[in-house]
Amino acid sequence: MRNDRLLFEHLDIGLEAGQMLVVEGPNGCGKTSLLRILTGLRLADGGEVLWRGEPIDRLAGDYFEQVNYVGHHDGVKHELSCLENLRLARAMGVPSQLDLDDVLERVNLYAYGETEAGSLSAGQKRRLALARLIATDAMLWILDEPFTSLDKASMALFSGMFEQHLQQHGVIVMTSHHDISLPTQALQRLQMGMAS
Amino acid sequence: MFLLRRDLLLALRNRAEYAMPLLFFVLVITMFPLALGASPELLARIAPGIIWVAALLAAMLSLDSIFRSDFDDGSLEQILLSAHPVAVLVLAKVCAHWLVTGLPLLLVAPLLAEMLGMPGAAQATLLLTILLGTPILSLIGAIGVALTVGLRKGGIILSLLVLPLYVPVLIFAASATENAATGFDPSAQIYMLLAFLFLATSLSPWATAAALRMSVS
Repeated sequence: MRNDRLLFEHLDIGLEAGQMLVVEGPNGCGKTSLLRILTGLRLADGGEVLWRGEPIDRLAGDYFEQVNYVGHHDGVKHELSCLENLRLARAMGVPSQLDLDDVLERVNLYAYGETEAGSLSAGQKRRLALARLIATDAMLWILDEPFTSLDKASMALFSGMFEQHLQQHGVIVMTSHHDISLPTQALQRLQMGMAS
Repeated sequence: MFLLRRDLLLALRNRAEYAMPLLFFVLVITMFPLALGASPELLARIAPGIIWVAALLAAMLSLDSIFRSDFDDGSLEQILLSAHPVAVLVLAKVCAHWLVTGLPLLLVAPLLAEMLGMPGAAQATLLLTILLGTPILSLIGAIGVALTVGLRKGGIILSLLVLPLYVPVLIFAASATENAATGFDPSAQIYMLLAFLFLATSLSPWATAAALRMSVS
């Protein structure tokens, strides 16, 4: 429910390691709300979200450790440099094995390590936000329109990254208006409509 | 803590913004001698009240910056989804806020007290009350900001919400300084302030964390 409008009910989805759920539907049908409920940022009016069989509100920190969320806002501090932003993200989660320079290299921002994030373009900021995914070690990625303001090459880059995450038994839940090319056995689609 | 360091770094890069409350504090206090005319006895008597009310208003002005920019750029979501307990992160942010807004007040207060002609004994007590009192202002204010950060025009509501809660601090701080100025022992009021400080430090981060969750959802 959002503003007293029923968005969805009787939703029952299960995801296993190595699987990806793509939530599709017209604007305003509740995709973002669903994703935020999955992260635990929003509470559902009924029902529960289970992670490995346990409700997430009971797991709290143990669940958040496993989750990486990139929402509509990039969550990038404009006054800090790219490297400082990533260092902060690592401090708040579980750092991955990758060196931060390698992380920036992977998202093609290597030359901007010391640049203030505020002077980056929208697409570059998005790439920096998505770089958090590999800077920390989380199993579940929850992504709200990750491809917003990305160019074709970057979209291909991140599709590759998602595929690799799935192969490493990660789980991805995302919304997207873009077509994504991924092996179909790993892909579930959830089509949401407008409830009246 | 990393979040404390981050906020201090951000404050350093936005120096101008954080200097405003301090300038405001100094300006408001310099207005009083101008408005009241040359009567040193009167000024010296109302000095604790002036300094404390100005400190309160300056604290109010700076409160919004605790969570506003984090809310706007989505960092707040990341903080709430961090693996660490949110209350601890909130405490770090409030500490950073106090270091950049409360501590400067403490540093300029002796100058202003001297300017208003406060007696020496009262000055020491005034500084002690500011040292104990301003962290309480930041801690209580954080709850208010957390509640109003989701509102578009939260400024007025924030002051209506927070100022009444500042009243006890104001009363005890001003009366401690008053006591010291007239030669009585201010320790009872100081202990009360200390108790408020402990209470606020232990409870406010939890309340703030809960309020932030509400504001974000």
